[in-house]
Amino acid sequence: MNFTVDENGFYGSFGGAYIPEMLFPNVEELKDKYLKIMNEESFITEYNNLLKDYVGRPTPLYFAKRLSEHFKAKIYLKREDLCHTGAHKINNTLGQILLAKRLGKRRIIAETGAGQHGVATATVCALMGFDCIVYMGEIDMERQKPNVERMKMLGAQVVPATSGSKTLKDATNEAIRDWINNPSDTHYIIGSVVGPHPYPDMVARFQAIISKEVRAQLKEKTGSENPDYVIACVGGGSNAAGAFFHYLNEKDVKLVAVEAAGMGVDSGYSAATTFLGKPGVLHGSKTLLMQTADGQIVEAHSISAGLDYPGIGPIHSHLFETGRAEFLAITDKEAFRAAVLLSKLEGIIPALESSHAIASMAKLNLKPSDTVVVNLSGRGDKDLMTYITRKEEFLKD
Amino acid sequence: MDTKIQVKNRLTAAFSENQKPLLNIYFTAGYPALNDTLPVLRALQNACVDMVEIGMPFSDPLADGPVIQRSSEIALENGMTIKGLFEQIKDMRKEIHIPVLLMGYINPVLRYGIEKFCEDAAAVGIDGVIIPDLPVREYMEDYEEIFQKNNLSNIFLVTPHTSPERLKLIDDHATGFIYAVSTDSTTGNTKDIKQQEEYFSRLKGSGLKNPLMIGFNVRDKESFAFATNYAKGAIIGSAFVKAITGSKNLEKDIDVFIKGIR
Repeated sequence: MNFTVDENGFYGSFGGAYIPEMLFPNVEELKDKYLKIMNEESFITEYNNLLKDYVGRPTPLYFAKRLSEHFKAKIYLKREDLCHTGAHKINNTLGQILLAKRLGKRRIIAETGAGQHGVATATVCALMGFDCIVYMGEIDMERQKPNVERMKMLGAQVVPATSGSKTLKDATNEAIRDWINNPSDTHYIIGSVVGPHPYPDMVARFQAIISKEVRAQLKEKTGSENPDYVIACVGGGSNAAGAFFHYLNEKDVKLVAVEAAGMGVDSGYSAATTFLGKPGVLHGSKTLLMQTADGQIVEAHSISAGLDYPGIGPIHSHLFETGRAEFLAITDKEAFRAAVLLSKLEGIIPALESSHAIASMAKLNLKPSDTVVVNLSGRGDKDLMTYITRKEEFLKD
Repeated sequence: MDTKIQVKNRLTAAFSENQKPLLNIYFTAGYPALNDTLPVLRALQNACVDMVEIGMPFSDPLADGPVIQRSSEIALENGMTIKGLFEQIKDMRKEIHIPVLLMGYINPVLRYGIEKFCEDAAAVGIDGVIIPDLPVREYMEDYEEIFQKNNLSNIFLVTPHTSPERLKLIDDHATGFIYAVSTDSTTGNTKDIKQQEEYFSRLKGSGLKNPLMIGFNVRDKESFAFATNYAKGAIIGSAFVKAITGSKNLEKDIDVFIKGIR
C-alpha cells in the first residue's frame, strides 16, 4: 500500500489539482519546484536553524503519568503546544515562507479559521519582513478577537470574508480569489493538508518533523521507535498528517484520526467528515466532503474552530478508504471534558482541537501494555473564553 | 486522438455562419427568482444575443467575484439544483434556437454523475459546457469521450499566463471556442481590459483552430467593441447579472441592456 502522493498529486483516488486555469501557472511552478527547494542544503539549514532557535524544536515527548493511570495505558504527549505561537501550525508557515522567499514572492496571503494559522503566518511574515494579508470569516473574527488583534500587532492585514457562511471555508475561497487576482507577486500559504497538489504533500512534509522527532524520542525512552497507537485530531488534518507521516508504512502502529462530532454525528451540527461526507471537489482537490445530494458544500460545526471544516485533506480520505487509519468522532462535550481532565491531571491546558484526541482514548480499549502517542497539537489559551462561557453546560451531571 | 469525432452543434454552427462579433451572455439559473431561468433565456434570444451561458450555482464559486457569488447564493436559496434546471429547460428547444451552454463548478456535476449530466444536457438541447475547475488532463483522460458522444462542446479557459505549449494543447482538445480570460482576475473585476492589447494580439496571431471569445471584465459597449477587435466575440456576465438584479420588468431591462452593448 502506498500512502505518498503520485506524480499527478493523487493519494489513491483522492487529491489532484482541480483549479481554474487562472491558478495553473502558480500551482505548476510550485509543483515543479517545491521538492527541489526543500532538498536544497541552504534551505534545510535555514529551516532547521529557525525550527530550533525560533520555534523551539524539538518539542518534548512527555510521559503523562497521571493521564496514563487514568486511561490505563502508557501515554506520551507530543508537546506541539509548546511551539512558538502555541501550535504546530508554525512548522508549516515557516517552511512555506522560506520557499516563498526562494520563489521571489514577497506578498503572502493566508486563510484562517480560529486564527492559529493566521497568527503563525503573520509571525513568519514579520520575521521575514514580507507583506501579509490574512482572510478570516467575518463570524470567526468576532469569535476569535484576541487572535485578530495578535495578527494586527504582528503587522498583518486581516480581511473579513463576508461571503457564504463567513467562516473558514469562505476565508479559503477569498484567499484563492486573491491569488487569482494577484498571480505574479503572491504566495498563498495554505494552513492544512488541503488545496490543490502540491499543497497537501508539501504541508505534510513540513509537518512530518513531528513524527520524525517522536520516533527518535520514543526510542530513547522506551527502546522502540514504534508505539502501539498514534492519535491526532483532524480538521483539514495537518497535525495528523505530520504525526502519522513516518509511521504510514509501519503496519504495527495503529493510526487514529479523531474528527469533531460537534453536537453529535447525526445532529446536523457536526464536522465528522468521514462519517457524513462523500467524495467531491473543494478548494482544488478531490476528497471526502460534507455536501448535499446536489453537491453543495454544507456548513460544518464544531466547538473547536480549528476542526470546523466540511472536508479533510486527501491523504486522510485515502487513509480512511484504505483502512490504514481508524477514524473516530468526538462530541463538543466529550472534548470539553477531556480538556478539563488533562488540565487537572497533568497541568496542561490543551486547545479544544487537541482535546478531541485526548477524549478518543476512552473509546479505544487500550491495554496497560499499550504505548500511545497523542499529538497535543496546540495549547488552550485561545479557548479560554469558551472554557469560561460553556463550563456550566458541559460539566454538569 | 486519431478517432476524434467532430462535435457539430448550434455552437459550432454559430461560429461558421456569423461574421459579426458574437455576444454571449452569462446568467445564473434560478435568479433573480427560481422560475426566471426560461424567461431570461427567452428575453435574451428576443434581444438578439448570439449565445448564452446558464450558470449552475455552487456554494463555493471560487473564480467568481461578488456579483456572481451573490446571484449563486440567492439561486441556491431559491432552491435551484442541476436536476431542477434540466426540468426548467426540458422543452426550451421548442422556442430557443440560439446555442445554450452550461457553466458551473465540478462538484455538483460530479455528484450528479458526469455521464448522466452529459446525457441529460444533450437531451434538453445543451450545446456546450464550461467547468473552470475541471483540469485539462482529467478531461482528456476521463471525460472527452463522454462529451463527444453527446455532441457537447467543452470550453477551456486560457489566461494571460497560459504558455504557448499549453495553449496548443487546449486548442487541440477544445471543441467550441476558447474562452480567453481577459485579465488576472475573478469575474466582474474592475481591471481595464484595454491594458491587455499585447495579450489579445498574441492570442489572435497564434493561429488557433478554435474561435476565440473574450470574457471577464467585459461590461459595456466600449469593452465589448474593444474585445471583439481581437476575437470572434465576447462574454458578459457580472454586468448583466447586475442589470437584472432587482428588475421589475425582466423583458424590458434585458432588452435595454443588450441594446446598450451593440
